[in-house]
Amino acid sequence: MAATQPITAYQMRRYTIRTAIYVVLAVFLLMFIVPVYLVVITSLKDPATINLATTWNLPEKPFWESYAQVFQAFSGRLQNSAALVIGATIFSSVLGSINGYVLAKWRIPGEKFFFPLIIFGMFIPYQAILIPLFEFMRDINLYGGIPGLIVIHTVYGLPITTLIFRNFYVDIPDEMLESAAIDGANFFRMYTQIVFPLSLPGFVVVIIWQFTQIWNEFLFAVTMTNADSQPITVGLAQLAGGEAVKWNLPMAGAIVAALPPLLVYIVLGRYFIRGLLAGSIKG
Amino acid sequence: MRSPRDRMLAFWMLMPSVLMIAIFVYFFIFRAVQTSLTDWGASGAPPPLIPNVEKKFVGGQMYEALFTDLLDFPFRNAMTNTFFFTVFFVGGCLLFGLLLALLLDQNVKGEGLFRTVFLFPMSLSFVVTGTIWRWMLQPGGGINILPQTLFGAEPLTFRWMNSRDVILPFEWANVPNYLTLIGFAIVAFYAANLFMKGRMRAAQYGIAAAVVMLAVVLSGVWQYIWPPLDNPAMEPSIAPKGFNLALVGIIIAAVWQMSGYTMAMFMAGIRGIPDELREAARVDGCSEIGIYRYIILPQLNPIMLSAMIVLGHISLKIFDLVFAMAGPDNAQTIVPGIMVYTKGFRENQFAKASAIAVIMLVTVGVIIVPYLWSQLRTTKR
Repeated sequence: MAATQPITAYQMRRYTIRTAIYVVLAVFLLMFIVPVYLVVITSLKDPATINLATTWNLPEKPFWESYAQVFQAFSGRLQNSAALVIGATIFSSVLGSINGYVLAKWRIPGEKFFFPLIIFGMFIPYQAILIPLFEFMRDINLYGGIPGLIVIHTVYGLPITTLIFRNFYVDIPDEMLESAAIDGANFFRMYTQIVFPLSLPGFVVVIIWQFTQIWNEFLFAVTMTNADSQPITVGLAQLAGGEAVKWNLPMAGAIVAALPPLLVYIVLGRYFIRGLLAGSIKG
Repeated sequence: MRSPRDRMLAFWMLMPSVLMIAIFVYFFIFRAVQTSLTDWGASGAPPPLIPNVEKKFVGGQMYEALFTDLLDFPFRNAMTNTFFFTVFFVGGCLLFGLLLALLLDQNVKGEGLFRTVFLFPMSLSFVVTGTIWRWMLQPGGGINILPQTLFGAEPLTFRWMNSRDVILPFEWANVPNYLTLIGFAIVAFYAANLFMKGRMRAAQYGIAAAVVMLAVVLSGVWQYIWPPLDNPAMEPSIAPKGFNLALVGIIIAAVWQMSGYTMAMFMAGIRGIPDELREAARVDGCSEIGIYRYIILPQLNPIMLSAMIVLGHISLKIFDLVFAMAGPDNAQTIVPGIMVYTKGFRENQFAKASAIAVIMLVTVGVIIVPYLWSQLRTTKR
C-alpha cells in the first residue's frame, strides 16, 4: 500500500536529515584520516623531493629507505621500550590483580582508606614527584636504566590496575568465595581456583592499557633515562626535534612508534575502550 | 567461614602496594613541598648536583619569585597558557565528542567503522600526534596550503606555533575580580535552580552569597586586598598577557586526539539509558528532538562532569604534546609541565622547579579531590 503512494513530506524530511547525518560524519571521518594520509605519503618520499609546496602530492615512487634509516636510528630504543613495557606491564598487572582481589573481596582494617589512597596516585601530575623521584632513584642506584624505569612504571601503574581489577572482581558473587571457604579454601586457594580463572578479560583490559600507556609515555622516558636506556618516544622526539628536519624521517619514525599500540587497538579495540573508560572511575 | 588469619593475610598482601604508593606518591609529594621551600639550585647556592649538597630553607621565596620576579615572567605566561588551553581544549572535546556520540546514536550504517576511526588517535602517543601535527602545521605547507592545493585559492599565512599574536588581553590586577565574577555566576545559577525547586531557605543563602560577591567586584575592594602583581615597570613587553594564538595549533591537535575519547564516554552514557524511557516519551507524544532535550541530555550530565574533570586534569599537566609540537623553549607556548622539565632537568634549579610542580599539583588537586571523593562515596561494594 505504502509503496504506491507518493513520497510524503515526512519521508522527505527524514531522508534529508539522514543524508545530513552521513555528510557530517563523513566530514569528521576525513578530518581524522587526513593526518594519516599525510604521514604515510611523506614517509615514503625521497628527502630530495620533499618541499612544502608539494606537501599533499603523492610521492613519485615510494622511497622505502627512510624506514631502514629509522630502524637504525631507533636501534636499541625499540628493545628498550619492549623490555620496559613487558616488565612493567607484568609487574603492575599481577600486583593490581592481588590488590583488586583484596579490596573487592576481603574486609580488611582500613579498606575505606586504602582504596582512595591508591587511586589518587593516577591523577597526580607526575611533574609533582619528578624531582624527589630523581633523587630517590639516584640514591638507590637505579637512576638512568631500564630496571629503574620498570620500577617507576610499575608503581605508577598500580592505581589504574588496582581500580580496573577491583571493579572487575566486585561482580564475582561473594557466595562463590563463601562456599569455597566452607570447603576449606584459604586466601590463596580462593584466588588461584576461583578469582584468577575468571580474570582473563580483566587481565586483557589491564595488559592492553598498561602496554599502550607505557609504550607511549614520554615524561619519565625523557627525564629518568640516559643515552643507552631511552625508549622509543624519546627517539622520535629527537628525530623530529630541531630545525631543518628531513621530514621523511620523523614521519616514518612516527609510524614505527605508533604501530604497536595501533595494532593492539585495531585487533583488541573493545578491551582497549574498557580500559579507557575505567579511567573515569565509578565503581 | 573465612578465617581471621586469612583476613590478616589479605591485609598484608595489600601492604607492599600501599607502601610503594606511600613512598612514590605521598612521601615524594611531601619531599617536593619541602624542596620547594629551599634554595636548592638557585643562583648563589652551592652547585646543585654535588653529593650531599646543602639545601638552605628559604620559606616561600621561590613561590614569591614565580609570581612577582622579573625573570620568572615565563611562569605567569605558562599559567595563562594553561588556562586558555584548558578552556578551549575541554570545550572543543566536549562539543565534538557529544556531537559525534549523538550522530552515531542515529542507527547509522557502519557505526563500528566510524567509532574505530574516531577513537584511533587515543592509542597514539602525544609525541606521535605532536610530530604529525607539527608537519601538518608548517607555516609554508600542510594545512596552510590545502586550499591552494585543492582549489587553487590563496594559501593561509597563519604561522601556527611561531605566531606571536595575542588576543583576549587581560590585566593581572583584575584576576581576582574575574574569579569572583565566575564564582558569582556559579552561585547565582545554583541559587536560581534552588529557587525554582522551591527550596527557599537554601536559595536565600545562595542569593546572599551572590550579592556579596557582586558587591565585592563592584566596590573594587580587591585592589586593596590583592597587591597588584601587574607592576608595569616589572612586566616586560615580551610577556604579553592573553590568549597566545601560538596555542591554537596545539589545541587543534589535542582535540583531534581526545574528542574520540569524549565520544566514547558519551556513547557509554547514552547506552546506559533504558530504551523504555525513550519509548515512554514517544508514547506521550514527545518529538525526537524533545527526547534528546528532555530525556537523553539531562541523563548525560554526570558524564559531562566526568569528562570535564578527566580532560581538565589532562590539560593542566600537558607536557609531551607541547614538547613535540613546539619544543621546550618556545616562549609563546610555554606551560608549567614544560617548565618543571626545563628548570629542573636542564638548569638544575630544583627548588624553583619543585615550586612549579607543587602549584601544578594544587591546581589538579582542587578539581580531582572533590571528584574522587564524590565518586568513591557512592561506590558499590
